[in-house]
Amino acid sequence: MRVLLRIARYGMRYPWLLAAAWLSLILATLLQIAVPRLLGTAIDDVLARADTSRLWWLAGAIVLVTALRGVFSYGNQYLAEAVSQRVAYDIRNAFYDKLQRLSFAFHDREHTGNLMSKATVDVEQLRFFINMGMVRSGQMLLLVAGVSVVLLWLDWRLALAALAFVPLVAYRAIAVSRRLRGIWAAVQADTGRMTTVLQENLAGMRVVKAFGADDHEQAKFEAQAAKVMDSSYTAARTQAQNGALMQVFFWAATGLLLWLGGRAVVDGRITLGELAQFILYTSLLVQPIRMMGFLVNTFARAHAAGQRLFEVLDAESPVRDAPEAAPLSNVRGEVAFEQVSFAYRAPGAKASENAHGPSGDAANGAAIGAAGFRPALRDASLRVAPGQRVALLGAPGSGKTTMVNLLARFYDVTSGRVTIDGIDVRDATVASVRRSVGIVQQDVYLFSASVRENIAYGREDAALDDVIAAAKTAQLHDEIMALPQGYDTVVGERGMTLSGGQRQRLSIARTILLDPPILVLDDSTSSVDAATEARIRQAMENVMRGRTTFVIAHRLSSVQGADTVAVLERGRIAEVGAARDLLARGGIYKHIAELQGAPTAAPGPSRAGGAG
Amino acid sequence: MMHGMGGMGFGGMGGAWGRRDNVNIDDEQGKLFDCEVVWRLLGYMAPYRRQVALAVLGVLVYTATTVAVPLLVQRGIDGYIAQGDLEGLNLLALAFAVVLAAQYAVNYGHQAVLGRVTQSVLFDLRRDLFAHLQRLPMSFHNRHKVGSVMSRVQNDVSTLQEFLNIMVVSLGDLISLAGIIVAMIVLDLRMSTAVVALLPLLVLVIAVWQRFARKAFLNVRTAIARVNGSLQENIAGVRVVQSMNRQDANLSKFNELNSANLNANLRAMSLSAVLMPAVELFTAAALAGAVVIGGSLVFGGTIEAGVLVAFALYIQRFFDPIRNLTMQFTQLQRAMTSGARIFELLDVEPDLRDAPDAKPLPPIRGEVRFEHVSFGYTKDKPVLEDVNLTVHPGQTVALVGPTGAGKTTLVALLARFHDVTGGRILIDGHDLREVPRASLARQMGTVLQEPFLFTGTIRENIRYSRADATRGRIEEAARAVGVHDYIMSLPDGYDTVLEERGGNLSVGQRQLISFARALVADPRILVLDEATASVDTETEQTIQRALKTLLAGRTAVVIAHRLSTVQHADQIAVIEQGRVAEVGTHRELLERGGLYAKHHALSRGAATPEAAG
Repeated sequence: MRVLLRIARYGMRYPWLLAAAWLSLILATLLQIAVPRLLGTAIDDVLARADTSRLWWLAGAIVLVTALRGVFSYGNQYLAEAVSQRVAYDIRNAFYDKLQRLSFAFHDREHTGNLMSKATVDVEQLRFFINMGMVRSGQMLLLVAGVSVVLLWLDWRLALAALAFVPLVAYRAIAVSRRLRGIWAAVQADTGRMTTVLQENLAGMRVVKAFGADDHEQAKFEAQAAKVMDSSYTAARTQAQNGALMQVFFWAATGLLLWLGGRAVVDGRITLGELAQFILYTSLLVQPIRMMGFLVNTFARAHAAGQRLFEVLDAESPVRDAPEAAPLSNVRGEVAFEQVSFAYRAPGAKASENAHGPSGDAANGAAIGAAGFRPALRDASLRVAPGQRVALLGAPGSGKTTMVNLLARFYDVTSGRVTIDGIDVRDATVASVRRSVGIVQQDVYLFSASVRENIAYGREDAALDDVIAAAKTAQLHDEIMALPQGYDTVVGERGMTLSGGQRQRLSIARTILLDPPILVLDDSTSSVDAATEARIRQAMENVMRGRTTFVIAHRLSSVQGADTVAVLERGRIAEVGAARDLLARGGIYKHIAELQGAPTAAPGPSRAGGAG
Repeated sequence: MMHGMGGMGFGGMGGAWGRRDNVNIDDEQGKLFDCEVVWRLLGYMAPYRRQVALAVLGVLVYTATTVAVPLLVQRGIDGYIAQGDLEGLNLLALAFAVVLAAQYAVNYGHQAVLGRVTQSVLFDLRRDLFAHLQRLPMSFHNRHKVGSVMSRVQNDVSTLQEFLNIMVVSLGDLISLAGIIVAMIVLDLRMSTAVVALLPLLVLVIAVWQRFARKAFLNVRTAIARVNGSLQENIAGVRVVQSMNRQDANLSKFNELNSANLNANLRAMSLSAVLMPAVELFTAAALAGAVVIGGSLVFGGTIEAGVLVAFALYIQRFFDPIRNLTMQFTQLQRAMTSGARIFELLDVEPDLRDAPDAKPLPPIRGEVRFEHVSFGYTKDKPVLEDVNLTVHPGQTVALVGPTGAGKTTLVALLARFHDVTGGRILIDGHDLREVPRASLARQMGTVLQEPFLFTGTIRENIRYSRADATRGRIEEAARAVGVHDYIMSLPDGYDTVLEERGGNLSVGQRQLISFARALVADPRILVLDEATASVDTETEQTIQRALKTLLAGRTAVVIAHRLSTVQHADQIAVIEQGRVAEVGTHRELLERGGLYAKHHALSRGAATPEAAG
């Protein structure tokens, strides 16, 4: 119930529209109740008073009343839709904005398909609820109330017989609603699991094919699809049963009316015209009864959908501006990690992000070491002077990427602190921290937009010349010019496909354009060939000059030119120093250097000689 | 309709479906009824024809009961109440109860049966789509984004569910319309003529209305598709969005699309809300007619009062079916598009099909021969030209060369992700195209550059398609690649559930698990596609030790970046611009003084960190 009330509050944001919708609804319903009265009068005229003089007038009145009612019911429908569409609009905007502001920790956990289904299916369910639940259900109640009053006024004993089914219907509705709620939640959950199987199957098709695992995958999918089939069928059957029962309740009332009313007519207590009126009035209720089944379903689905949506809307990002946060300005680029520890949520731990809520940091800190968290970084300290170049070296999972994720504040540290120019990143605004740290990410994502827009993604107002300059620095300009529409070529999901190397360089150009005082290169040359790598490396030399740079190195070649090398091992910084010193020390670094005889054994064409 | 199925044809993967894919979200058509789609959908119902027949029978009986009720009311009024026959009235009440009991049973029964059929048809469709997707070649999957394929299997199938529901409801509506007309004619011909005469008029009104509404509803669907497209992209690219501080700009862009959608909806509603009052007005007109005509007839004694009441009851339901059908207009339109899209996907021909006479590949020794192999993803751009290479059973060949030279393509051909366009590939003398793909895949293992894991436990991931792999075997494999200790350090060990694509593990750990998976598969031929590139030195040392065990006795084709891998290979093939430029052992190639030797010298120079420092 609390969920439904909360959905209703979204509708209450449009009080005037709602009021107008309700006003037209009340008028339309009153006019609707007038029709059987006119019909009954006609029958009485003919039967009891043997008078046909008013028939044309009554017929005219029926048409007139209905026409007038049409105007109001048009208004009611349109206004109800207007409110519901505005609510859907509001929720979509809120959902969109929430998603793009939730921290990486949230997105690590949530499947894209699942989020999409919340944004599409669930929002639509909420919209139905606003429309049906907040406005149209009023018509139902009004009609039932209005008809009841008229019937009681006509003959209270018959009225009680005719209306006996109303509480029964109401009781059923509540009971079924409760049951359907659970059933719909199951349908949603099953569908979600089926979607996941499908999505992974498609995304991992190479693996599926390489292992000849078609049958295995088919069985996996069919098992989930069968569950969806069963739970959907349960929902359909429950609805069918409920609908059928409601209808029978209603007709039974008519039958009861005929039986008891017939006796009353024979006894002379009421006229035949009055009985006819009674029956016609009761027939007005067929519409609300039919709607009842639909309504029950709408309520149940809205409840399930609301829960799913609010889960996201209520999620609090632990990463957000502190109340007194000030933007970083004129960043020189001094970076310090001071006894930093950090733990991602462990695999399998399924706490929702908002569990950490307002006191995220404290909660995180307390939970360190507890089951459900795996430390990714432990007591790491590192000091980097402005303009210095640091290579982070270490095995996968040793904490390299974690360090830069903390620097850009995609996550918050669990203990210790990260500072830029001596200011704790948590005391600065998130936006200013991210503006100061430019990251060339490992996974390059292109948006469905032109190459130019993609490069200028972080600086929409960038002049074309600046974009071109950045592309030139990233060694991408010539290849862009070779595209069909040059910089206006649309790439991404709905456009041209770029090669891995091109995408990576585009991502580099993107970062260059941002001109950040601190630069992070995350293994950014891993998927380009030696020749391109050499070109990028040379270009990057210029870009790195004067900026504090972190290079997440997977190969020794990336370490070249670094002022400092930090070797990470299982979340700890094991060695720090100049490459030369580390080599002399004979520790892990020396070991790695010996192991890796060459930066790459892939001989490129001879023009790649620039690498050396 | 421009993309209508008839004209474009189903077949061409690069054709209709390829183009359509690019315009996916804006590509909406206005077809109301597509015979081909409906026909094929009916084909899916064929296996359930008995249930359908039963349900149709149920609909008929149900309609009979609903039509009977006003007749009973009329009998009650005219036959018994007006005559003061209470005895008869009691009997009528009993009949009423019986009719209602029957109605409940039949109504519930036929809906339940149809619900079962609907869900079964949807299941069959999903199953076929999935199976079809498994059969489609890699080239298809490379070309089509996961999202757009997903939307066909997910959204389009759900839309068809609505369609099937509408079919059922509409069928009931039409039958009940017919039933009501018959009942009215039975009651009184003159009055029913007056009512039925309004029908064509209403149809005319609706036809005019549709002309306007069609466009409005089309706009609605385009608008919402744009909204969802933008949302999807933003979720997928959220990391970039955040690191570039694009939230505000993106929100205002999204807001534009969202507002456009709101306006399109309001416009459509302003049109569609007209229909309801219009239908009501027709109902009122019919009622007014009944009052005037019926009233006079009752007065003249031609008909009895109960007939008038029954007519009033019928009239109130008479226009319902027509209104309902019209309200389903949008859904019908959408369902046709969805149906067309689903069948279009199902009709994409897998261009890699097992030859009809393909005999399963017997257990192989692992000899691999490329004979004059040529290949191109498109006709005008060959990726490989006249490649010749022989790998003896148990040998390891290292492929080296710049990106784009064709190394990845070469191993993709070996795994038969694509078929060669010229020449042939032989395994133990069997042409790949002459053995079923499955029998090849079972004897070949691949470790991909980007490790891909599935949602599920670590154990399930390592076991993957080898359902019979024992616990011991799984742990042995994990130990061999050096990931066992890490797995045991997790709270649930091997039963730890991995999130989407193993997102809760680091790349390196995922890589190691994917190695273990390949180990469990125990293939005769192993393909390593740049697998070592993203694993670090220390980890790689562990892996290389494991690989040595793994490679023993297996044929291996390795795309390598590491000197040590290359040096230990039995053969090195230098691939350049789609050709095998040099083949030989490390020593031979060095002595020859060609490309390999030249590059080797360069990289030695760059290797020592001192030189760089």
